Amino acid sequence: MKRFLPLIPIVLFAVFAAAMYFGLKNDPRALPSVVVNKPMPEFNLAPVLPGQPGLAKADLVGRVSLVNVFGSWCGVCVEEHPTLLDLSARKAVAIYGVDWKDSPAEGAAWLNQRGNPFTQVGSDQAGRLALDLGVSGAPETFVVDKHGRVRFKQVGAITPDVWRDTLGPLVAKLEGEP
Amino acid sequence: MTAEIGRFALMLALMISAAQAILPMLGAHRRDARLMAFADAAAIAQFAFIALAFACLVRSFLVSDFSLEVVAANSHTAKPFIYKFSGTWGNHEGSMMLWVLILSLFGATVGAFGRAIPLTLRARVLSIQGLTGLGFLAFIIATSDPFARLIPAPPQGAGLNPLLQDPGLASHPPFLYLGYVGFSTAFSFAIAALIEGRSDALWVRYARPWILAAWTCLTIGITLGSLWAYCVLGWGGWWFWDPVENASLMPWLFGTALVHCALIAERRQTLVKWTALLGILTFSMSLIGTFVVRSGVLTSVHAFAVDPGRGSFILALIVGFTGGGLVLFGLRSHRLGEGAPFALLSREGSLVFNNFMLITLLATVFLGTFYPLAIDLLTHDKISVGPAYYNVTFMPLAALLMLGMVAGPLLKWREDRGREVLRRIGPAAAAGGAIFLLVLVFNLSKGPWPAAGLGLAAWLIVGSVQIITRRARFRQVPLEQSIRMALAMPKSTYGVVAAHLGLGVLMAGVIGASTWKLEATFAMGPGETKTFAGREVRLLTVEPGRGPNFEIERAVLEFSRDGHLETVLSPERRFYPERQSTTTKAAIRTGPVGNLYAALGDQGDDGRFTVRLYDHPLAPWIWFGGALMAIGGVLAFSGEWSLLAIRRRAPRPAPVPASPAAASQGAAP
Repeated sequence: MKRFLPLIPIVLFAVFAAAMYFGLKNDPRALPSVVVNKPMPEFNLAPVLPGQPGLAKADLVGRVSLVNVFGSWCGVCVEEHPTLLDLSARKAVAIYGVDWKDSPAEGAAWLNQRGNPFTQVGSDQAGRLALDLGVSGAPETFVVDKHGRVRFKQVGAITPDVWRDTLGPLVAKLEGEP
Repeated sequence: MTAEIGRFALMLALMISAAQAILPMLGAHRRDARLMAFADAAAIAQFAFIALAFACLVRSFLVSDFSLEVVAANSHTAKPFIYKFSGTWGNHEGSMMLWVLILSLFGATVGAFGRAIPLTLRARVLSIQGLTGLGFLAFIIATSDPFARLIPAPPQGAGLNPLLQDPGLASHPPFLYLGYVGFSTAFSFAIAALIEGRSDALWVRYARPWILAAWTCLTIGITLGSLWAYCVLGWGGWWFWDPVENASLMPWLFGTALVHCALIAERRQTLVKWTALLGILTFSMSLIGTFVVRSGVLTSVHAFAVDPGRGSFILALIVGFTGGGLVLFGLRSHRLGEGAPFALLSREGSLVFNNFMLITLLATVFLGTFYPLAIDLLTHDKISVGPAYYNVTFMPLAALLMLGMVAGPLLKWREDRGREVLRRIGPAAAAGGAIFLLVLVFNLSKGPWPAAGLGLAAWLIVGSVQIITRRARFRQVPLEQSIRMALAMPKSTYGVVAAHLGLGVLMAGVIGASTWKLEATFAMGPGETKTFAGREVRLLTVEPGRGPNFEIERAVLEFSRDGHLETVLSPERRFYPERQSTTTKAAIRTGPVGNLYAALGDQGDDGRFTVRLYDHPLAPWIWFGGALMAIGGVLAFSGEWSLLAIRRRAPRPAPVPASPAAASQGAAP
């Protein structure tokens, strides 16, 4: 029995290394999302900012938009935020916010402190919409076309590069669709 | 031209590392002293060439040479000098250069200062160190060339992420890497010992100074990182349990286990195999941390996929080093000694408990970090693990470890008696119990847990001081004699005291700041007054200003209590035109009882500003505790280092602990 003890770390490590290997192959960005090319699920979210409207599916119809899932607890969202502010300042695209797993008060404070790039923000404190959208972690952003269909899912932060190379061209293409 | 020199130096370093990996190992096998002696020179030369390459990269950043891809993507002419300098390692390529620089630095110190280490062992250690260098230099040259040219060169660079333009970035990564990568020496020593196959624990004694140095630097690095997050991110948090933080915590937990277990192996020649295994695993955790963090997006497991090419290369290195190390361990560990038996209730027993708890803690962090990935692989569900998980897993286990931490250093080696132990821990238990009851009575509303946490902190603090009072026979012999004995104690004893005490202080800070924190967000116009945490807060003005490459909005907030001016805080918002982004610079009034923290937010449509205020009782204790732990590491290191120096002068290293420090520790009453 004792002879086999040194094998335990080897076996554990082999399992870990195999998992990492498949983790590399299994690109979380490339995985087709369950909602891509499907209509946005029905939702009606309560407001985050006092005195301003919340967010409902009807708000998204009629123009190309980004729906950004964020939270005041999310570190990467802080990194992403300047890019969103920049896009909204340039009026590059309408951006809607979904404040996920977050109290509206903290979400509002976060937005007040860092600036608000969103046309409208809704609170998804219970995570119901995020569940329907298959959100794995914040930030995630959904590109929604004029008919309210999800056309693309961006996992992780939108950086200036991501906008320039992926989202920007896609939004321009969707703008051109009837 | 500079870049070409840099790349050339890097290539030379690669070739030297290849020679360093092969020749000394061969020499040790054939008992060829000339080949073995090559190791020292090679280690130093490898460091010199990597340092030259690194200096070339630094220069390119300082002179803003935008014909280099990495400089153009991460620097800007308007950036202050210090951030051009520290920006060198604020990106993937540059940070990998820092990684290999530190790797070769540790190798060079073994070559330069390790003359006391027997020649064959030293040659093998440096050979493994060279092999690691070879792997990572190849990684840099193949996938992350820092000297890649960009033709035509852009007139201006893209600038550095403003969050990283902080003195924190100048100091935090170097210390973190000194720790992370410093554990490569533990790996090299363990592998060399397995190859050598001698049953004594001599190699542990020689490895200990380097292990302690790495542990100390990692402690400093993590502490600085959390301080940086607290001051810069602007929402008053100091630890977020995100994968990147966990990536630095895991080697620290293993490293802490290693430091303790090396103590038994060195003093008692027991658990030598386990020490070797920990040496391999600690560095593996550093490698895995490097793997998790690499690929650009720093803060998410999503980062895996950003560059699969780099990811697979590092994964191959991990499999080679860790897998190879573990297989070698499986084949050769029976050659290492078994050591003397010991009772469960003994110093050895307590260190086994320490190791067991640290490994369990590591397992919880490891699961929390990788569980989402495992779930994704098995079921394609995506989940995230948050602080709630760690509150119910990590915290109770850490509390259990802290309970044991007081008893450990007060126990005798080999065997101890339960009743005497209970008597010895009496003062610490009394202090802990008193604090627990006191806090419980005065803070019933918060429940028993904060009281238990503070009680535990008191138990740890008093228990650590007891290490000294007990060994100096305080109150058993005249005071004067006690003081003399205390002063004569080895530095490493004070190191233990400072490190354990530091954890108690840190614990008190964490409990205080998370239990009794107050926070408020106000919209305030100039001249307006609000009430916060028993104070009057008045916003005097918000004035614009200019920094070197940013514009400032600075608020002046006056805090007064009962009409008396208490303090003035000036939080700032900084706007960086080069990146079109804003950062916050919190203003913090710090003192022994707590922090008053103010951050400035946006200006609303009505012209009023968002002001975020926090009151964090005991918060400074968190970093003070971290600093104390690092000081403990420095003390223990300098104790070990002077021992190494003594051995360097004495030609024949003693096979059993015979130094005054070891003797007095071993014979602790």
